[in-house]
Amino acid sequence: MAKMNMIQSLNSALDNAMEKDPNVISFGEDAGYFGGVFRVTAGLQEKYGLDRSFDAPINEAAITAMAIGMAAKGLKPVAEIQFADYIFPAIDQIVSELSRIRYRTAGQFTTPVVVRTPCGGGIRGGQTHSMSPEAFFTQVPGIQVIMPSNPYDAKGLLIAAIESPDPVVFFEPKRLYNGPFDGDPSKALETWAKHEKGEVPEGHYSLPIGKAEVVREGNDVTIIAYGTLVHVALAAAEREGIDAEIIDLKTLVPYDIETIAASVNKTGRCVVSQEAPRTSGFAAELAAQIQEECFYALEAPIARVTGWDTPYPHAHEWAYFPGPQRFINAIREVLEA
Amino acid sequence: MTQTDPRFHVPAPHVRPGDTPDFSHIKVPPAGEAKRPEPSVEAHETRDLATSLVRVLDHNHQAVGEWDPKLDADVLREGLKHMVLTRVYDDRMLKLQRQGKMSFYMKSTGEEAVAVAAAMALDKGDMVFPSYRQQGILFARGRDIVDMMCHCISNSRDNLKGRQLPVHYTWAEGNFFSISGNLTTQFPQAVGYAMACQYKGESQIAASWIGEGSTAEGDFHGALVLASTYKAPVILNVVNNQWAISTFQGIAGGQAETFALKGQGYGLATLRIDGNDFLAVYAATQWAAERARAGLGATVIESYTYRADAHSTSDDPSGYRPKGEEAKWPLGDPIERLKQHLIGQGEWDEERHAALEKELDELVIKSYKEAESFGTLHDGPLSPVESIFEDVYAEPDWRLRRQRQDLGV
Repeated sequence: MAKMNMIQSLNSALDNAMEKDPNVISFGEDAGYFGGVFRVTAGLQEKYGLDRSFDAPINEAAITAMAIGMAAKGLKPVAEIQFADYIFPAIDQIVSELSRIRYRTAGQFTTPVVVRTPCGGGIRGGQTHSMSPEAFFTQVPGIQVIMPSNPYDAKGLLIAAIESPDPVVFFEPKRLYNGPFDGDPSKALETWAKHEKGEVPEGHYSLPIGKAEVVREGNDVTIIAYGTLVHVALAAAEREGIDAEIIDLKTLVPYDIETIAASVNKTGRCVVSQEAPRTSGFAAELAAQIQEECFYALEAPIARVTGWDTPYPHAHEWAYFPGPQRFINAIREVLEA
Repeated sequence: MTQTDPRFHVPAPHVRPGDTPDFSHIKVPPAGEAKRPEPSVEAHETRDLATSLVRVLDHNHQAVGEWDPKLDADVLREGLKHMVLTRVYDDRMLKLQRQGKMSFYMKSTGEEAVAVAAAMALDKGDMVFPSYRQQGILFARGRDIVDMMCHCISNSRDNLKGRQLPVHYTWAEGNFFSISGNLTTQFPQAVGYAMACQYKGESQIAASWIGEGSTAEGDFHGALVLASTYKAPVILNVVNNQWAISTFQGIAGGQAETFALKGQGYGLATLRIDGNDFLAVYAATQWAAERARAGLGATVIESYTYRADAHSTSDDPSGYRPKGEEAKWPLGDPIERLKQHLIGQGEWDEERHAALEKELDELVIKSYKEAESFGTLHDGPLSPVESIFEDVYAEPDWRLRRQRQDLGV
């Protein structure tokens, strides 16, 4: 075991995967020689050579298409899109191509590409470096969508994504790269050093895609979160002394309905959350599914904690960010209903 | 129509429906005029070849000049056979579509040489990323006609389980990648595939085809950037058949001199060729393949041709171009030209040609009967309904399992 932040654990995942399988290669904008703007691919070119870790031109569609072509030839490409906000030029290649190659060829060709991309706000990124566009991709049959919330999960899930026979869009909440974040920007930065999920095996391991984790047990209300908001939800429950059960979803597609339903059937109350804007977000899918699944157990309407239906602002970042108070308000609402 | 400001420019073709077909603006250089550099030439030294026109068959149907690939008569007869089969197949499939036997069809009439000659010049192991008008590649690579038809009528033996529109073939065994309905997406994918061939140390290369209209897509730019940056062993074919559905080539071409010339901006080798000249297509593909296999990078080939029929069964060309235009096309018909060349060589004659057409038409009719015995889109049997939930993922997750139950299958 070693202490790792999320950048180091993702780097370790790539390192292990590349060591194990010569077909695994990594590329992206600034992701070769320099090792990525967030340093996730640092040292890979030096260790594995230019042909396995290299710089790509600034063209997200071309990067994705290149990965698709390579995967069709049997490689396991891990393409980095520098910011999730930049993934939209690649949307045609992801939605119309990557996700459907297995389907439209009836399995004659498969393209198990991993698209890694840092997402989310809380880093003063403004409206073009803060987005959480995961819901767009959950609407696309044929791809799996993952968003871890800590170094241990990030490594295990990235290795699982690389070894998955299906294409994966892998979101890395960049506010969590260097430490957990409870939603209070006035506090000094925390690191992963003291966090139990900052303990990461140096060797190869993987975690199951599609499996959520109950990260705090409780009886009164279920809070479902993923990415940065897992930590915010935990902080809110702690601060208010609420007996909340908190689920870290980890995989959005396919999400772990069993763990969710078991918890909501127990607590009878539920708050769903996402950092992305409110309308048509992934929390809406969760609310709909929980309502179908657990209707007779529900004692209150499901509440949503989300970003606003605005672009992610720069100066008023914290007015947008769904912090602990918004969680507390929602929890009270469902407890008092 | 009024025009308010003459500086606002929208290109328009020379002639429209009701006008007399007129191709007098098209310059056709004599066959044999273009020089053939070694495939190891620097990319910028192929600049002239991006604006001229590589032609081998002259107006007397003789093969002339440095680009003559000097093929055996047997190879030429094989090429002729594949082209005739492509045309006969297209004609028959159109009729069947008109009879309601399939939902949609796209012919490649007039462009048979572009696909067939290229496929024959490539190795069978080379991966092709075609567009929807290169069915000639399948014939040249020996795909079973019944299988092709079963796909087009989406029956129980469709190797794509009824998931794709007709003519959007996939044939992994024949190194024929899946055809997308979204244009140009396969162009940069082909570059990635070609890079992976080099990564694995294999001599295999990739080739892709798009229409001239599709060069306007961002993926065209992306493909050429990637091909240049990574010196990928790929052939990037632009089939300039003059028409993108109803839109003439000038809407994509703008003020550019030729489509091939765009490749020069990326530092790629460029060839502009007579796409209705089987020998020119063969020779250019052979040249580009040799260059790619030697690790010298990609070639952009513009095949200058004419889409002699409708875009698909969903449009009527008389609504946007003069009737009878195809007969006036200055580069002639690819099948007729190769046929006359072989006759001129004493290697073919009208009787044999007529017999070949008859034989292939009978083959196509017989094949269709067999294909229909496996079902049709309207009357079935189709692939089982539950197959719609297969191949979305390697294994269906709980959502798909439940949804299959919901559908009751």
